[in-house]
Amino acid sequence: EPDPLITEVQSWASSFGDGVDATPYGLPIKFEDDVIRRNVEWLTADTISSINFTPIHALDGTITPAGCAFERHHSGAIELSKDDYRLMINGLVETPMVFTYADLERFPRENHVYFLECAANTGMEWAGAQLNGAQFTHGMIHNMEYSGIPVRTLLNEAGWSGEVEGKWLYVEGADASSNGRSIPLEKALDDCLVAIKANGEALRKEHGYPARLVVPGWEGNMWVKWIRRMEIMDGPVESREETSKYTDTLADGTSRKWTWVMDAKSVVTSPSPQAPITHGHGPVVITGMAWTGHGKITRVDVSKDGGKTWETARLAADSGDKALVRFYLDTEWNGEEWFLQSRAMDETGYVQPTKAQLREVRGLNSIYHNNCIQTWWVKPNGEAENVEVS
Amino acid sequence: VNFADRNIATFPENPHRVSALATPAPEPAAAGVLVGAATAATADADARLGLGRAALPEEVAAWNMDVSPDGTGLPDGSGDVATGESVFEENCAVCHGSFAEGVDNWPKLAGGDGTLADDDPLKTVGSYWPHLSTVWDYVHRSMPFGNAQTLTPDDVYAITAYILYSNDLVDDEFVLSKDNFASFEMPNAGGFIVDDRAETEYPQWRTEPCMENCKESVEITMRATVLDVTPDHGGDDAAAAAEEAAAPAPEAAAEVAAAPEAAPAEAPQEAVEVAAAGEVDAALAAEGEKVFRKCKACHQVGDGATNRTGPLLNGIVGREIGAVDGFKYSSTLEGMSGVWDSDALHGFLANPRGYAKGTKMAFAGLKKPEDIDAVVEYLKTFP
Repeated sequence: EPDPLITEVQSWASSFGDGVDATPYGLPIKFEDDVIRRNVEWLTADTISSINFTPIHALDGTITPAGCAFERHHSGAIELSKDDYRLMINGLVETPMVFTYADLERFPRENHVYFLECAANTGMEWAGAQLNGAQFTHGMIHNMEYSGIPVRTLLNEAGWSGEVEGKWLYVEGADASSNGRSIPLEKALDDCLVAIKANGEALRKEHGYPARLVVPGWEGNMWVKWIRRMEIMDGPVESREETSKYTDTLADGTSRKWTWVMDAKSVVTSPSPQAPITHGHGPVVITGMAWTGHGKITRVDVSKDGGKTWETARLAADSGDKALVRFYLDTEWNGEEWFLQSRAMDETGYVQPTKAQLREVRGLNSIYHNNCIQTWWVKPNGEAENVEVS
Repeated sequence: VNFADRNIATFPENPHRVSALATPAPEPAAAGVLVGAATAATADADARLGLGRAALPEEVAAWNMDVSPDGTGLPDGSGDVATGESVFEENCAVCHGSFAEGVDNWPKLAGGDGTLADDDPLKTVGSYWPHLSTVWDYVHRSMPFGNAQTLTPDDVYAITAYILYSNDLVDDEFVLSKDNFASFEMPNAGGFIVDDRAETEYPQWRTEPCMENCKESVEITMRATVLDVTPDHGGDDAAAAAEEAAAPAPEAAAEVAAAPEAAPAEAPQEAVEVAAAGEVDAALAAEGEKVFRKCKACHQVGDGATNRTGPLLNGIVGREIGAVDGFKYSSTLEGMSGVWDSDALHGFLANPRGYAKGTKMAFAGLKKPEDIDAVVEYLKTFP
């Protein structure tokens, strides 16, 4: 039977499409209108202090488009213009300084691709399989190319003493939450940036326009948005965000603090509950992403049988430093049941653990920093479900 | 100094001193970069660029508000429990409850003593927070929600004292001040350890991973669809959306609690005529004035009222929706037609976000219809 899409002249092959003035700044075509951030209403009391999730099940490659990169804010995404922007550096410096946005643009700057993962990513899965979709279980992550000024350059401009031992950098945002965090000065000097661009364009409002902190490999809460102040101090402030939140409670009731690094982690993004197999038997591409706050991913393995046997996946490109890497397993599916898992390894030799391994050390109440191996149950009809397996 | 060259210079890794910047960068320039490290090294990197300006003392004072665990950063002032109770009722109770017990999904600030090792620990200021300075610092800078940085230092001392009282940590005579602040030790002060993953986790997981015959069997032990708490994800089962909040969910990420009770705005049965000025039930209006304390964090009424977080509310009853001059409404309210009659006010105040999805009003809503009646009556007294 000939395909009418081929044998008959279609409207788009005969009449006009849009002119170049139709969309001065484009959005995805309407057929992709389900590739959007989503939130989980019952998770928080109010969307003003809440989080949404990147539709990772529908993306490929490694760079997250800003328009669907997850947002987390504690007092809403504020509108702060470049003209109204000020960055203050104070504390243990020779001269407390104020920089305008225009000043920031005149400092030497660098470009780096980094992942940003919320410490609570996959946190809802700690007690058991709960949310049925990679977007919801693993979508508190994005990966962008940042253009920014090294923090050390800015501190130098204020006459930093050069003393690192025992010193901390306290950073806060201009929004009502302020979201203050204390960072060991050594880390701030090592690779932190004040970013003014992401993916080549200005930061989006929800990602901290016009300037945010970049803290490579460390939990997203420290990447203070709308950054307005950096203070060199003799100790940590122990703010709300680093004591009452973003601490990891163990089985005996004690809690870990300063759990900044995001350990190696990976997830299969397709097939997954929101991305079922719909094309019937035969060739299928299993894909997903991996990342580590300790540097580079060296290998990703995939299991189709819940971890009995593993095969090594193909990395689409060499891993960057503290950046997402894409993996593929080009294989066949003929209606058999799969328990799909992925397992990342990084350059320190760390192997992504199972949930059982994590629980053995941390118990059942440690919400943050859940980097366990995820299982998707692919059923004979091609649908997939979030499950835990023995 | 050629600053243009600095734009492509590689920086030395992890300098521990400023002087390190002046030493030649050891690594060759990356491929494709023609002018690189050598040029940068000749520039005097210790020299500042001369950008920005010195911060004035009053500017530093305005922003440098952080308070450290030893009390460094606290301003002078004090507050007692009784004052704290009334300030808390006025500014905090709408979300946190009159006794700091928490409303709906909003954070509980009191209780939970001794629960941290339980299956479902209750983390509150009393049971979990290690430093009192954190309470003061956070309340001072970031609360009340939607109206931050409006409390005086004395108010903050009083609220902090009241939160301690709510946790049975002080008696009702307690007065908190800058002087006695540092001597107060929180119950869970010793409950934290520094990240020990490098000792307790990394060594045992840095092993050669198994590739074959890694397990005897694989059985499903838990399924997400049993809980059925996943929001609609744009697929074909829109029905899931309706069910999403129905099932109780384990406590999850930050500030997460169980599924909130569905609180649909019930439209009043009969339309109520908007009373003209003068036809006001004075007793009901007096009740409404008390209820309005919940609104005062964001809204002003009366002489000299101005737009703040929310629009001024003089003449609100009977006025067109979204029509106060100079207030920047959400597109939702701006786009709504009609007037704020009793029906509309009841619908909106019972469930602001349900009635006007997208409204910037962060208020959780008035649960009691009689409270809404009262506050509407009160607002009528400002025609």
